[in-house]
Amino acid sequence: MPEKTMTLEVFRYQPDEEEHPRYQNYEVPYREDWVVLDALNHIKDEIDGTLSYRWSCRMGVCGSCGMMVNGDPKLTCATFLRDYYPSAIRVEPLNYFPVIRDLIINMEDFLHKLDDVQAWLIPKQEKTVEEGEYLQSPAELAHFKQFSMCINCMLCYAACPVYGHSQEFLGPAAIALAQRYNLDSRDGAAESRADVIFQDVGIWECTFVGDCSRVCPKNVDPAGAIQQAKVTHTKQFMKELLAPWGNR
Amino acid sequence: MELLNHDVLIVGGGGAGLRAAIAIGEANADLSVGVVSKVYPMRSHTVSAEGGSAAVIKSNDSLDAHIYDTISGADWLADQDAVESFVNEAPAEMIQLEHWGCPWSRDADGSVAVRPFGGMKIERTWFAADKTGFHMLHTLFQTALKYNNITRYDEWFVTRLLTHDGRCQGVAALELRTGQIRPIAAKAVILCTGGGGRIFPFTTNAAIKSGDGMALAYRAGVALKDMEFVQYHPTGLPGTGILITEASRGEGGILLNKDGYRYLQDYDLGEPLDVSDPSHPRKRTMELGPRDRLSQAFMKEREKGLTLEGPYGDYVCLDLRHMGEKKIDKKIPFVRELCRNYVGIDPVHELVPVRPVVHYMMGGVHTNINGETPLAGLFAAGECACVSINGANRLGSNSLTELLVFGARAARAAVRFSARQDSVAVEEIQAQCQAEQQRIRDRFFQPKGGKETIAGLRAELTRTMESGAGIYRTEDSLRAACALIGQLKERFREVELADHSLTFNTELTAALELEFMIDASEAVAHSALMRTESRGSHQRTDYPQRDDERFLKHSLAYQTENDPRIEYLDVVVTRWPPAERKYGSPVDGKGGKGD
Amino acid sequence: MSDGTSRLGAAPGGKSKEYLRPVPSTWWLKRKTYFLFMVRELTCVAVGGYAALLLVLAASAHNPDSFHSVFSWLSASRWSVVLHAIALPLVLYHSITWFNLTPKAMVVWRGEERLSPVLIAGSNYVAWVVVSVLIAWIALR
Repeated sequence: MPEKTMTLEVFRYQPDEEEHPRYQNYEVPYREDWVVLDALNHIKDEIDGTLSYRWSCRMGVCGSCGMMVNGDPKLTCATFLRDYYPSAIRVEPLNYFPVIRDLIINMEDFLHKLDDVQAWLIPKQEKTVEEGEYLQSPAELAHFKQFSMCINCMLCYAACPVYGHSQEFLGPAAIALAQRYNLDSRDGAAESRADVIFQDVGIWECTFVGDCSRVCPKNVDPAGAIQQAKVTHTKQFMKELLAPWGNR
Repeated sequence: MELLNHDVLIVGGGGAGLRAAIAIGEANADLSVGVVSKVYPMRSHTVSAEGGSAAVIKSNDSLDAHIYDTISGADWLADQDAVESFVNEAPAEMIQLEHWGCPWSRDADGSVAVRPFGGMKIERTWFAADKTGFHMLHTLFQTALKYNNITRYDEWFVTRLLTHDGRCQGVAALELRTGQIRPIAAKAVILCTGGGGRIFPFTTNAAIKSGDGMALAYRAGVALKDMEFVQYHPTGLPGTGILITEASRGEGGILLNKDGYRYLQDYDLGEPLDVSDPSHPRKRTMELGPRDRLSQAFMKEREKGLTLEGPYGDYVCLDLRHMGEKKIDKKIPFVRELCRNYVGIDPVHELVPVRPVVHYMMGGVHTNINGETPLAGLFAAGECACVSINGANRLGSNSLTELLVFGARAARAAVRFSARQDSVAVEEIQAQCQAEQQRIRDRFFQPKGGKETIAGLRAELTRTMESGAGIYRTEDSLRAACALIGQLKERFREVELADHSLTFNTELTAALELEFMIDASEAVAHSALMRTESRGSHQRTDYPQRDDERFLKHSLAYQTENDPRIEYLDVVVTRWPPAERKYGSPVDGKGGKGD
Repeated sequence: MSDGTSRLGAAPGGKSKEYLRPVPSTWWLKRKTYFLFMVRELTCVAVGGYAALLLVLAASAHNPDSFHSVFSWLSASRWSVVLHAIALPLVLYHSITWFNLTPKAMVVWRGEERLSPVLIAGSNYVAWVVVSVLIAWIALR
């Protein structure tokens, strides 16, 4: 029996050789249990060693292998060929990011944004190691846990047309991670993050398309994080407006 | 060419590397730290660790119990002074991580929760559901962002250590985005590059784990210690090798053969308790035996024809169904996610197919208790190092803690060392780097008409390691493996790249990684051949007994022109004289027979 | 933490030319979710327009003549029927999409459990029905 195959249309951009990107078709074996990443690895190993992409853990937690699959941002290690067979699959680098080569995007912008939002714990109360751990109830943990699940895979940015139009926008993951710390009972720095998060290119740039949450492979719900921050900011604003003498 | 220069340079941005960077960042704001990583730090393989990280915190536990579990788990090949320091410093390191924001799972009173793991007398594994490594890595990465004296070299690939005057003074690194090989000078270099599980075909390890740091040190003349000890995790998914955490057994999961029988009771691991018994799972018993013994039991069960056959080889079943949906979702949600997404089964209702897969290398770059290697200026920590606390078999959930304790220790030692150095030999460093650039250009960018492919050689290498140096080994299988690795080394010269471009050339990095993998494999196979005894994860069917007389020693593999030279070093024994390793608690549940 | 890569600039012979794909003006036709988002945003025109109309009606309340003319146009004109036929589904779409989005912005915790999004969205619908019944009762009394 001849082996079943399917076609991958892959975005190619090789800056050393050509000015413009193109698409290259590859015929790969079709296997029920193969994911798109397996097909890319097959191309790399058996057909064309020049194809470049990032991957590592192949279990959906390192966040390296995000790409556009038929126009949807996906982790290619968790996207099965069987969901597309027998149609061709188009594989492209994540939307809205500059392309370094082939399927590899430049995500430096996000790392700067992590810095900007101070995505680390700034304790409410300093404690030495000898004094032991901070107590945190399971309920307090639950309040921020969801936002701590972000694997920085950048799918949310690739789904966000607002980011597509303005790279100034802090974007879904960075805001979700800021909220992760703001909502942590051990943290006391929500106020110092406020300037960055509450600015125009922060939460208020978001028009609530909601696709970031739809494509998130870890169910982080960055759209929720942003809307909740908007509620917080609005409450603060109203409080200051109506009771300027009161403490924030 | 601008010379990049740091007081301390860390190679690898995983748990150990980041912990070391923070330790230096905190110690002195005037010290400059570089972190070179071939992937963005949060992509490092620490991210995949699931079950947890061990440290004594609860009042029913004791430091001595943790030390004993570690040493007996290691089949007495661990250095006991190192284990003592490790266990003593573990709680403070874990609390420190809590202070940095790690979202540890909690008890109702708000204190950190613990769970039992294999080979433990008392439960002491801290966990963040079943994404412990992920949370630890992201906490460390985000905390590291705070320090202005840490400079990151993300997606730079170290190809060589630069040594001069008997001292490591920097590295040559390939900047992936530009294809340039640049020297980065440093007064001290710490290797934190992780293990090399990818030298085997079925592994829980990520693609990046190609033994880079081990090979770099080996080529610089540093010994690789105890390389023959490779841990198979008993529960990986067939085919992909994706890890199903030991926490699934710590929370009550059981292993069944094809007849639905809990076969572990036939392998000296104690009596099974019914899953509804409140004492199930009993510590150091049955499913909570150590990893080496569980993986070996699988092999024996397969010999008897009692395993199941699947498209990706034989397997047994992990049964979690009795835990129920609520507990599974709370304690091991990632296990459910992985089973659903990658195997298409739901562990709430179905059995999970599992088999032993290569998981961890106990061996690595030879260091002392402070992470110092015999080469001045070179330090190592984490899986790429061998201190050794893991001996012949690592205790589950000790590796994440090891990253913290020895990442910090190596950092402190590197700071002390760099303070004693005035400068680095800039010209020599630059000249060596230029030579390295030339070597890579000549070797990989000049078409020679070679017929070998990276994928072809890699497949042969991993097949060789599995058949020759797998769970059970013999002199014949190891001799064959050593010979094949020798041939692969020769054939590697015939590898021809299709990609000659400078921008993000992943074919070049794959070739460099394969070269590292061949070196690491050589050390594993030769060390295994020379150790004519069975101990922990190293099982020789031709020498089935442990031989303390001759082999209560660490092996040290040195690279030579030909086969590696193997030397031996005594194990440090303090308070725990070698004894028989016993698992399977008596019914009263108070510790094992061998305790 | 600073990153070394961006400080170094282009090294000789290895400058990296990145390719930024343009975002076409038809971006909102590329994904169904984008399209539905645009529809939601555009329905605010209907909401705003109808609110303006009601304001005109309210403003004319002090003058019985003008109120009567506006009201009779609203209640009898063929154009008014067409206008309502267009405005009603748009306003309904607008309201329903926003009702369904409220659980994203509103989080209610009960210990470790989040109040179900269905309950939060559902409470909007309940409030909607109650207010509508109340208005109907006042108007038809």
